[in-house]
Amino acid sequence: MTGPNSYFGPIDPAPDAGYVDAPPRMGFFTDTSVCIGCKACEVACKEWNGIPDDGFNLLGMSYDNTGGLSANTWRHVAFIEQESPSEASMDVLREAERTVSTQFLGMPSSTLPGATGREDRDLRWLMMSNVCKHCTHAACLDVCPTGALFRTEFGTVVVQEDICNGCGYCIPACPYGVIDQRKDDGRAWKCTLCYDRIGEGMTPACAQACPTQSIQYGELDELRDRAAKRVEVLHQRGVPEAKLYGHDPADGVGGDGAFFLLLDEPEVYGLPPDPVVTTRDLPSMWKHAGVAALTMAAAAVVAFLGRRP
Amino acid sequence: MSQGERRSGKGDRVMVPPAEFRSYYGRQVVKTPVWRHDVAAYLFTGGLAAGAALVAAGADLTGRPALRTTGRLTALAAIGASGYFLINDLGRPSRFHHMLRVAKPTSPMSVGTWVFSAFGAAAGVAAVAEAAPWLPRDGVVGLAARALPAAGRAGGLAAAAAAPALATYTAVLLSDTATPAWHEAYPRLPFVFAGSALASGGAAGLIGAPIAQAGPARTLAVAGAALELTATHGVEHRMGLLSEPFRQGRAGRLLRAARLLTAAGAAGALFGGRNRVVSALSGAALLAGSVATRYGVFEAGKASAEDPKYTVLPQRERLATRPPG
Repeated sequence: MTGPNSYFGPIDPAPDAGYVDAPPRMGFFTDTSVCIGCKACEVACKEWNGIPDDGFNLLGMSYDNTGGLSANTWRHVAFIEQESPSEASMDVLREAERTVSTQFLGMPSSTLPGATGREDRDLRWLMMSNVCKHCTHAACLDVCPTGALFRTEFGTVVVQEDICNGCGYCIPACPYGVIDQRKDDGRAWKCTLCYDRIGEGMTPACAQACPTQSIQYGELDELRDRAAKRVEVLHQRGVPEAKLYGHDPADGVGGDGAFFLLLDEPEVYGLPPDPVVTTRDLPSMWKHAGVAALTMAAAAVVAFLGRRP
Repeated sequence: MSQGERRSGKGDRVMVPPAEFRSYYGRQVVKTPVWRHDVAAYLFTGGLAAGAALVAAGADLTGRPALRTTGRLTALAAIGASGYFLINDLGRPSRFHHMLRVAKPTSPMSVGTWVFSAFGAAAGVAAVAEAAPWLPRDGVVGLAARALPAAGRAGGLAAAAAAPALATYTAVLLSDTATPAWHEAYPRLPFVFAGSALASGGAAGLIGAPIAQAGPARTLAVAGAALELTATHGVEHRMGLLSEPFRQGRAGRLLRAARLLTAAGAAGALFGGRNRVVSALSGAALLAGSVATRYGVFEAGKASAEDPKYTVLPQRERLATRPPG
């Protein structure tokens, strides 16, 4: 099944992995412009997947006391407090707040508690629910030496917990820093895109719980269309900083199965600005190692042939 | 500068211009490798086993029995230690055999598993054959004893054939990651590890074999040290921002120590090679230098993962130089 783009370049991953008549590729579109930071996705993910807690930490990072994705956090909401670039971009965020009763929930908001009408601050809260990207070219899957990581028929990437032996190779391989080792368990864990739910035609727990449709689940092609239209709307409304991240099949990982709409540069959210799957360079790595290996062999031959006792 | 941004430049050298970049509360982007010191130790013992197997095979073919014995026993001891380190580092050591479920060319660890297994079996046969002189010459045991030298030669040659792959695949293992300093070093790291393996294999010969037989081991030790020093210099200075982790902090200290030890060992082997004591001391310095090189490279990778600037800045640079569209 290996084709010219099997390790780099645009491709449909499930058929490339050998699935015959694979269902459409499924994924997430996370629209951060409507995220209200409620963390319902984090909680729903933990509950459905039975993930242990992360301990009680106060990190001093706005409303974020989890820090990032880890073996025990498969959805993570980032909180960034910054000056708003324009009134138009504030309007967009306020609109999202009005879709639910944020003040009642104690959610971060652009208004002072109890205030209505005109706001007197230009501080904006960027909130973004991060997740495994389910890359088209997944480095974690490429380097896994046991076959514990595999490509599902939906094009997603899942760890088989009964196979993983905790070698840890997938962890530095991921260009997004997603997959991680669970310390007391030894194995690697990450988002499965709720493989057990989507196989039954259900929506993943995080998307199901999201009250503002910031997390949208569906066929990837359709999500990409929807996302492009949303960016267009935001640009028209005077929010030129709105951009998609991970949507492009021509990027360094062949496009993400879970992609995002961001309102600032990726690194502000803790995302790499230009991730590339390490496997792209693997053929060149083997070639260099081959030359080094031949150098070793040649040195040994010369050292012994040079002098007979 | 608002929150979520941070300025780099703390402790930077003048040769790298201080660059500004943004991040999420200064947190790292990629995860730090979870591999413990077992893996750094394996980089050394695996290289030592490979170098020693080459020395043993050469000694076997050119009639240097003491050097052959030293090489074979060193190779078996080092590959045995390697097996311990690798299994001990697993999150689930009892599942080590899951590595043998698949053979995956896209996984350097899978490729390494098979190279390691082939080498280990061959090196084992070669080392066991060294017991032949102590076995009785009669009966069934005697029959086996008489077959041992030929089996030993076959095993030794097979191990030597696998040795260069064993010594260099570990460089691909480290480089085939998103760990910035390791990945960037991929054209150079195999030569660092090849040199380090030859130096340590030769060093074992310098320590274990008498002067009269150790000549080729000395040549290999010096040549390996030269390759190790040259390639490491490239890693430390020719990779721009991503050379920085190899010069700073714990990695920097280890690699400076490695340079001193390797240079001293090579000089000792070159000029004092006719003296048994100087020879052995040179071998010890080369072994220590090889250990320091492996730990230094290992630590540099971890340090590069922990600071977001090593992930963000090179990627920003790449985006800036990419033609639009």
